[in-house]
Amino acid sequence: MTIELATLDGKAPQPSRAMESPLSIRGLTVSYGQKPAVFSVDMAVEAGKMTAIIGPNGAGKSTLLKAALGIVKPLSGQIQVFGAPLERQRARIAYVPQRASIDWDFPTRVIDVVLMGLYRQLGLLGRVRNTHRLRAKHCLERVGMADFAERQIGQLSGGQQQRVFLARALAQDADLYLLDEPFAGVDAATEKAIINVLKSLRAEGKTVVVVHHDLATVRDYFDNVFLINTSKVAEGPVDTCFTAETLQATYGGRLATAQVDQLAAALV
Amino acid sequence: MTGAEFVPLSLSPLLIGTLAAVACALPGNFLVLRRQALIGDAISHVVLPGIVVAFLVTGVISTWPMMAGAAGAAVLAVMLIEAIRRLGRIEPGAAMGVVFTSMFAAGVLLLEQSDTSTVHLDVEHALYGNLESLIWLDATGWASLLDLEALRGLPPELPRIAVTLIAVVLFTVVFWRPLKLSTFDEGFARTLGIRTNLLGLALVVTAAIAAVASFDAVGSIIVIAMFICPPAAARLMTNRLEHQVLWSVIFAVTAAVSGYVLAGYGPLWLGGQDAVSAAGMIATMSGLILAVAARFGPCRTRAGAPQQG
Repeated sequence: MTIELATLDGKAPQPSRAMESPLSIRGLTVSYGQKPAVFSVDMAVEAGKMTAIIGPNGAGKSTLLKAALGIVKPLSGQIQVFGAPLERQRARIAYVPQRASIDWDFPTRVIDVVLMGLYRQLGLLGRVRNTHRLRAKHCLERVGMADFAERQIGQLSGGQQQRVFLARALAQDADLYLLDEPFAGVDAATEKAIINVLKSLRAEGKTVVVVHHDLATVRDYFDNVFLINTSKVAEGPVDTCFTAETLQATYGGRLATAQVDQLAAALV
Repeated sequence: MTGAEFVPLSLSPLLIGTLAAVACALPGNFLVLRRQALIGDAISHVVLPGIVVAFLVTGVISTWPMMAGAAGAAVLAVMLIEAIRRLGRIEPGAAMGVVFTSMFAAGVLLLEQSDTSTVHLDVEHALYGNLESLIWLDATGWASLLDLEALRGLPPELPRIAVTLIAVVLFTVVFWRPLKLSTFDEGFARTLGIRTNLLGLALVVTAAIAAVASFDAVGSIIVIAMFICPPAAARLMTNRLEHQVLWSVIFAVTAAVSGYVLAGYGPLWLGGQDAVSAAGMIATMSGLILAVAARFGPCRTRAGAPQQG
């Protein structure tokens, strides 16, 4: 982890284009049916930080992410990535979808999945060269999966699959990383591997946004939180925005008061 | 069998059957993986009104207008399915069911209400095609393959299906990467800027073209069987898409050749008198190949069921 050492040396990582928010959203409303899944949400992700999107099930966390990526079409709202329209900045975004949304029986190998992250370089017919393969291998090494390169993806455990997806995102070599529930249903070793990689990305000056469900680890992992329950509840640094009051407002009755107090106690 | 017998009588139906089988099997690989395999079935129902309308407009049974009508109907069906799916916010399978039964019904209604009923547009022809009748009478032996005069007498279905196959192969090769990506992980594909809706539409249109071109020569049974059986059997042989597609081509060719030969000679070997339908036998062989692969294929286990914990 030479990169982390660099920051410990006191060389502050250079936040690229510090003035522009990596992801800024205004007035975003998304609806799948009659009821909106995300309603009139504003968001301004801080550059070079790790932000958790937090909220109860069905609160629109994934939908917010998908709309930000142009995967689902919003009813209204503007999305800017590094100060420009999404369409022009695709090369600067990496995405890790929810593991459960994928058909893991698909006939492909681990290394092929990671190579998918190089699609924008390879294009339609560009040949996969040794440099591409080495790069994919290196990304697998960063997540501790280099020995599994030739395996069919269905033969992996859930945690291993998640790490392969992270390796694919690393291959994209982006400035903004968006991850949908990367810690859901993974083993402890995987959780540790993933958070280490994300922290090293932050040390490189990259911006990381994670849809997160485990309230207990928020303080350890993240700089900022974005609390959502269809509408935005709070946004900002963990210290000021991840409090008993904001959690109560986000989860309402779904989080027992005792639980909130306990969390808040742990936070302080 | 000598060349003098084989070339005029069997070469061209054998080639047409094989090319049609491969043309359908190639897009079938992606349709099977996308859980859209029945779209081949849908297309074969949907083209009926197109063929009838083409006949009503031109007044003759001739191939090109009918192909155009069929292709038009297929594209219309795909657009209707997409429209219903999006406007109604329902499952694609349900939208497909509504569209293809309605269009098939409209075709039958048109057929009965107009004076086309007298024309030779019957069920048997639609199901089994007329593979055995696609003979090359101008040929006298292998030498005819170099004889321009004789080549002109080739059944028109042969060049047509050959051109279709070339188009299908080109589509598969050029769009291989985005097809694979969007079939595996559509959301991720979109974040890369791949227009997955358009690509999905192009895949279905390609499948429709393959279906319509094969339909006329070999009937709908082969079309439906070849969209599903060779790719499904191939999936059970390997865990890599690249290899799966190659296996599916091998299986399609094997089914076409063995089916054609067995249909022509099988009954004689068994002491019978007549040949059986080649198209039916080809479909049967593809089914047998799938059965064997399902029993003995090396990659049959569902490894990808997500583990919890």
